[in-house]
Formats: sequence, structure tokens, C-alpha cells
Amino acid sequence: MPEFIVEWLNQNEIFTAMTLMEYWDGLVTTVQLVFLSLVIGLIVAVPLAILRTVKNPFVSGPIWLYTYLFRGTPLLIQLYIIYYGVAQIPGIQDTFWWTIFREPFYPALLAFTLNTAAYTTEIIRGAIVATPHGEIEAAKAYGMHWAMRMRRIILPSAARRAVQAYANEVIFMLHASAIASVVTIVDLTGAARNIYSRFYAPFDAFIFVALCYMALTFMLVFAFRKLENHLLRHQRPASG
Amino acid sequence: MFDLKGYGPELAEGALVTVELAFFSLALAIVLGLLGASAKLSGNRFLAGFASTYTTLVRGVPDLVMMLLFYYGGQVGVNMLSDYLWETYDIDFFFQFDPFISGIVTIGLIFGAYMTETFRGAFLAVETGQIEAARAYGFTRWHTFRRVMIPQMLRHALPGIGNNWQVLLKTTALVSIIGLTDMVRVAEEAAKAERMPFHFFIPVAAVYLILTAASELFIKWLDKRAHAGVVQGS
Repeated sequence: MPEFIVEWLNQNEIFTAMTLMEYWDGLVTTVQLVFLSLVIGLIVAVPLAILRTVKNPFVSGPIWLYTYLFRGTPLLIQLYIIYYGVAQIPGIQDTFWWTIFREPFYPALLAFTLNTAAYTTEIIRGAIVATPHGEIEAAKAYGMHWAMRMRRIILPSAARRAVQAYANEVIFMLHASAIASVVTIVDLTGAARNIYSRFYAPFDAFIFVALCYMALTFMLVFAFRKLENHLLRHQRPASG
Repeated sequence: MFDLKGYGPELAEGALVTVELAFFSLALAIVLGLLGASAKLSGNRFLAGFASTYTTLVRGVPDLVMMLLFYYGGQVGVNMLSDYLWETYDIDFFFQFDPFISGIVTIGLIFGAYMTETFRGAFLAVETGQIEAARAYGFTRWHTFRRVMIPQMLRHALPGIGNNWQVLLKTTALVSIIGLTDMVRVAEEAAKAERMPFHFFIPVAAVYLILTAASELFIKWLDKRAHAGVVQGS
């Protein structure tokens, strides 16, 4: 940080350069956690959603159960089960997994990923099921086999229908990530809690962090609106 | 087979706290939602602006941050107020901001914003012919609202209310973080003390599953009742 800003900040009681750096580190952690869990969740969710639409109950049944369990219970409980539970797996402390899962970041990442993958699976499944039958028939008439139909017709068409619900899921995930602070991760909320307890200044600490989240949320809303406009540009009324 | 190591009664009490919290928050959310939706549709620019600010603010901030702000900030605010009252007016006023009340206020405020959107959509879905008919019968604005708008709006609002309720129920788990002894809190303490996380968290997760599943059935039943007499196009 430039010298004059540091000097100017040092006149503040709470928002000094040091506390702002704490918030910044928290922001980085939050963004990493949310971004990674969303990306991995999406990668997992697409095949699961496709399999969930398969008629065979032995294929779609377990996936239904997975999404039902993860959507029917609070994320906080899932986080607790994974965070406290991993250490209880017999023998894990001797394997290399322990070096990874000893850090609270990775159990939290796993919990968030599993949670968002469950919601995303259902969003994509809903979009796939809603594909107009005519589109599939047309694809069949062109002689496309199942995989090509899926790749060229159904998934792109489903993506357009899913994008709005998925945007909500992304924002939900950003907000849900605040609970990472309860398993000792210093994310944005964690930073705010530390600063609150140091200065006993709840309004300063939490309103500032609320503004940070709000800025992130509105950036996401804006980005998704752009994406939606892009994906749905064929539906725009012709400009006269 | 199902040994809860003596934490059973506490867990049951915690479950009751969760359910109570959820119901009180829902009541507050519905009241705020109706007020918010009425404000948005009132045509009064000041009221509509106020309601939009409220819903935008709430949707931008995580529930946990808001809860922490209300819980810690609420107490500091009350203390300041009580100091001020004592020094200037000699009034002895004190009020302990407990986690239960903070939880209801926060969850109610958050879901009040979502309910505002639900009710707004539902009010807009009521046919204008119905409102015109009420006017033609000489109903006042209030009577139109109460006798025509509300009963007909509920049918459209029900799916939205149901969804919000399901999310609300799961949000109540967060109140354990600010120290309310709901079932999550009890399970956490028990899991730490006994070093058996699965043993305590899985029953709690099961209770949440039962609650959400039961709510789903109840909402379906309500929806069926609300649609009695509606001719559905096939």
C-alpha cells in the first residue's frame, strides 16, 4: 500500500492498514472457497443431472437420494459432520489425506462442494426435463445419437433455462460461505468476527463486511445478467 | 441401539427450540412480506422506494453476518439507549438481547424480504377484473384488499411461501452460532465432549429431514385445498 494511504489510515481507530489487510485476506479466502466449490460442484453436477434423468431407478435413485439428503439438511450440519467427522475416520491420521484435511479449508470446501453440487444437479435436471419435445424429435430426425443429442441440443438448451436459477444458487453459496468462519477459517466473516472481538465494535466490523458481501453480490448479479442476455439474445425483440 | 449418552432430553428440547424459532420467524416474515408487498404496490414512491431498499439490502448480505450484526450490535445499541435514557431522563431501562430474539428478528427480516417478492408476484397475479368488480360493488380500498386481494392472492403465493419456509427451516441452524441452545448447538457440544460427531449430528440431520419432508407434504395438501374450485386446463 502506498505510504500516504497507510499514514492516512493510521489516524483511524479501527480501519487501519492492518485491519484492512485482514479483511482483504478474508476476502481472498471467501472468493477461493466459493469459486472452487462452485466450479467443482458444477463439473460434478452436469453428469449427475444427466444420470438423474435416466429411466433406470438403480441409476437415478442414488442420485435422487444424494440430492434429497443434501438439500433437506442445513449446510451447517453438513459442514460439522465433515469437519469433525473426518478426524474420526480410523487410520486417516496416518495417511497423506490427513495433511490435507487437517486444515479446516478442505473439509469446508468438500462440504460446500457437495452441497452446491446437490442443488445444481436439481437445477440442471429441471432444465433438461423441460426441453421441448420437438427439439429432441428434430435431433433424432437428423440422425443424432444420444451423446450428440445431449451435447449439441439438450445441454445448450438446458443451460439457457438453468442460468437464472443457477445465478441464485451462486449468490446463495456466496452468502452460505459465511459459515466457514465457525470452523476457524478466517474468511470475510471470520475477519469481521476477529476485528469485532478486538475492538468490541460490532457496527463497524459487521457493517463493513456486509458492504463487502453486498459489493460481491451485485457484481455477480451484474455478471449473470450479462451472461443471461448473451445466452438469450435470440429471444430479444427485434429492434426496429 | 440408539444411545444418545444422556443427551436425548436436551436434544429434544433443542428440537423444540428450533421449531419455535422457525414458527415465530415465519410469522414475522409473513407480516413483513405483506407490508413490503403492499408498500411496493401502493403507488406511493416513498413507500415503494423504502421497500425496494429493504429487499435489496437483505438480498445482498449473508444471513450469518446479519445475525451477528443484530446480536452483537443489538446489545450495544440497547446499552447505548439505556445509558442515554438513564443520564438524560433518569429512566431505568434495560433489556437483554438474547439469541432467541436476535434469531427471530434476523430470520424474520431476511425472509420478510423474500416474502415481499412472493406476495408482490401473487398480488399481481390476481385478475384486475376481480378488483374492478370489488370497486363496482363500492368496496373501499381496504375492503378490496382484505376481502378480494388477500384470499385470491394466497393461492398464487402458496408455492413461494412453501419454498421460503423450507429454506427458513434450514436457516434456523445458524442461530446455534450466536449461542442459542437449539438442537444443533446441543449436538455440537455433545459431539465435542464425546468425540462422536456422526453419532450426534446424523440424528439432528434426520430431524431436519423429517421436518422438511413433513412440510413438503403439508404444503402439497394446502396447495390442493387452495386450488379447490379452480378449473385446471389440461
